[in-house]
Amino acid sequence: MTALPNIDLRQAQTVPVMAADGVTRSEAEASNSAANRKLYKSRVPIYPKEMDGIYRYIKWAMMAFTLSIYYLVPWLRWDRGAGAPHQAVLVDMTHERLYFFFIEIWPQEVYYITGLLILSAVALFLINALFGRLWCGYSCPQTVWTDLFIWVETKIEGDRGARIRLAAEPWTLRKVAKRVSKHAIWLGFAVATGGAWVFYFNDAPTLLHQLMTGAASFGVYSAIAILAFTTYTLGGLMREQVCTYMCPWPRIQAAMTDNEALSVTYRRDRGEPRGAHRKGEPWDNRGSCIDCNQCVAACPMGIDIRDGSQLECINCALCVDACDEVMLRIGQPKGLIAFDTEANVLRRLKGDKPRFRFLRPRTMLYSAILVVVSAIMLFSLVDRRTVDLDVLRDRNPNFVTLADGAVRNGYTLKLMNRDQAPRVLNLAVSGIAAREINIIGVGVVVPPVPLGVDPDRVRTLRLLITVDRSRVRPGTQAVTFSLTDPARGETRTVETVFVSGDQK
Amino acid sequence: MSDKKNEIDDVSGTETTGHEWDGIKELNTPLPRWWIGIFYACIVWAIGYWIVMPAWPTLNGYTHGWFNHSQRDDVMAQVGLLKAARASKERELSNATLAQIQSNPELLQFAQAEGKSAFGDNCAPCHGSGGQGAHGYPNLNDDVWLWGGSLADIQHTITVGVRSTAAETRQSQMPSFGRDAMLKPAQVDDLTEYVVHLSGRPANGAAVTRATKLFADNCAMCHGPEGKGNRTMGAPNLTDNDWLYGPRREDIHDQIWNGHGGVMPTWGGRLTPETIKALAVYVHGLGGGE
Repeated sequence: MTALPNIDLRQAQTVPVMAADGVTRSEAEASNSAANRKLYKSRVPIYPKEMDGIYRYIKWAMMAFTLSIYYLVPWLRWDRGAGAPHQAVLVDMTHERLYFFFIEIWPQEVYYITGLLILSAVALFLINALFGRLWCGYSCPQTVWTDLFIWVETKIEGDRGARIRLAAEPWTLRKVAKRVSKHAIWLGFAVATGGAWVFYFNDAPTLLHQLMTGAASFGVYSAIAILAFTTYTLGGLMREQVCTYMCPWPRIQAAMTDNEALSVTYRRDRGEPRGAHRKGEPWDNRGSCIDCNQCVAACPMGIDIRDGSQLECINCALCVDACDEVMLRIGQPKGLIAFDTEANVLRRLKGDKPRFRFLRPRTMLYSAILVVVSAIMLFSLVDRRTVDLDVLRDRNPNFVTLADGAVRNGYTLKLMNRDQAPRVLNLAVSGIAAREINIIGVGVVVPPVPLGVDPDRVRTLRLLITVDRSRVRPGTQAVTFSLTDPARGETRTVETVFVSGDQK
Repeated sequence: MSDKKNEIDDVSGTETTGHEWDGIKELNTPLPRWWIGIFYACIVWAIGYWIVMPAWPTLNGYTHGWFNHSQRDDVMAQVGLLKAARASKERELSNATLAQIQSNPELLQFAQAEGKSAFGDNCAPCHGSGGQGAHGYPNLNDDVWLWGGSLADIQHTITVGVRSTAAETRQSQMPSFGRDAMLKPAQVDDLTEYVVHLSGRPANGAAVTRATKLFADNCAMCHGPEGKGNRTMGAPNLTDNDWLYGPRREDIHDQIWNGHGGVMPTWGGRLTPETIKALAVYVHGLGGGE
């Protein structure tokens, strides 16, 4: 394997190698360049150079946006009336409820989460087919936190050159101080990450008070510790290795993409042949790339974008910022590296006009799936019942024969009120000529019978149906239970059977 | 063995260990450093664990460790917490009458849950997990009760048991008319026909006539002159179609001949009065309660 060349940086600074007039050639070597890639090797540290440019600004903005969502959402309040939590987004494990603004989900309705996951996956596929790995470059937590940690590193240790020099320095007090403060701040962010996570599972103000007074539960502290550890390790220490070696998405993405998908592309049709450019030399018969390596120095993944599309590339476009700045300085048009497609590179090489094909079978298919799943989700959400009924017939014993030969079946009813107000629901039983219908604790009833159910609760009842010997039919017969809210007209109907025990 | 050091293998480009056997050399591919690191960390962890946790057996016990940790104590503490959490409801259960428990939906649900759990632990081996009973073990779901099916009757039966060791146990004995030679075999045959006739099934008319006086003399004292049974004595009704020991002629004959009688243990000293109350409410709610 090739290690980083041992450069005498001082000398490199005094006698800079010029890539072109006004542009110093960086000595950066892509640690993960195609030529350097091996199955097993130690990590070569990457010191990405901080760039200015439109994509860097977008990346800052996305970092601010996503981190704000993450840290602020648990503090949003939402009035649900007395007896229910007032946190807009809350996973209430103890009471088995999930709250999301106006939506409240019971464990039975976990398919909403499934739908949400399907939507997320298909949206990811669609974005990928259109614009490439924007998720990886801008919104994945790994990217956001790595970016945050690199920002901290830059603030304390300086930019690329200073960091490389610091790493090569012996362990002076200055170096120790810088390293200790960097890791301390990293750990601070890491603890805050875990600290924010637990607020999604508990009432945030209450939990904050408990955390301050040390009264929170062991589970809360463990969750914070685990998330702090993973954030510190993955964001601070492992960084690009997580994307390159641990994450499945680059592999899946590689199998799903095509050459019409936008991605950060080195336009080799324009850049090659590359080489240093001297002032006054003509630009004819050569490419625009002056081989200044600024794109390599800027890359947080340690790759050389000029190797072409590669799974290590997270599409963050920081190399675009780096290259555009150089192009500006040497008076060449911007966009030697840009969001473009491989197909366009090939078209230009053939002398054709480049074009963007956003309407492709796969993008249309993904959009169609997205629309269909969204429609199903929306429909089920709008159609969500606040009254529900489950009926479980006794299996043991399957039926009971009484002294006079009458047959009785037992049913356990679960009356669900998903509303935040107490309700009286009417239970009706039809389809069977019963001698007697008895609800334990209520007594003999003649349906429809009004039954009170507490807010946001399930009321469990045991109901017995007795049928006279003369009316018992062999085999099974259908019984229908229905639960109605007379005030709103909501009805839930459950079909079940009555077992006689007589052979058919 | 070769004394060459750091020889690089031409094919793989990897260093060799310097070991060589008949020309075969071993490549030096050490374990990853992170793996070694975790390995040593585990050893350090284990030593710490020996010190703070119970670890080593001694001749008459074990080392308790600094934390003096015990899983048994943990369980007992959790049981204590559970009892404390249930205490208020248990107190309600204790103070309420059986009828009050049944008419209070919240308390009823609590009692039924506790009763169901206690039933599974204590009663299900004989009465079945759903209280469906078995040959010789009464079905608790139907409306046939030997000792009464009211809440109070059920509570009392659970508390004292049947033919149990408790002083106030429910007690009755069906004599072994045949085995103890109290009746002749032919008389037992006739009585069998009589009982079949009582339950409304076709029987040998001559035998029924012969057995009429036999029944009045030997059986009516407990089962009543019409064979309708007597709950104060736990004597079953012979006119319904519920048979604890089987409905067939040979079953009835066997019962008159041998006089089986099951035993239900007394639960008074074993279960708390609250649990017995919960059990009574649960069994009553299986469907047959009166």
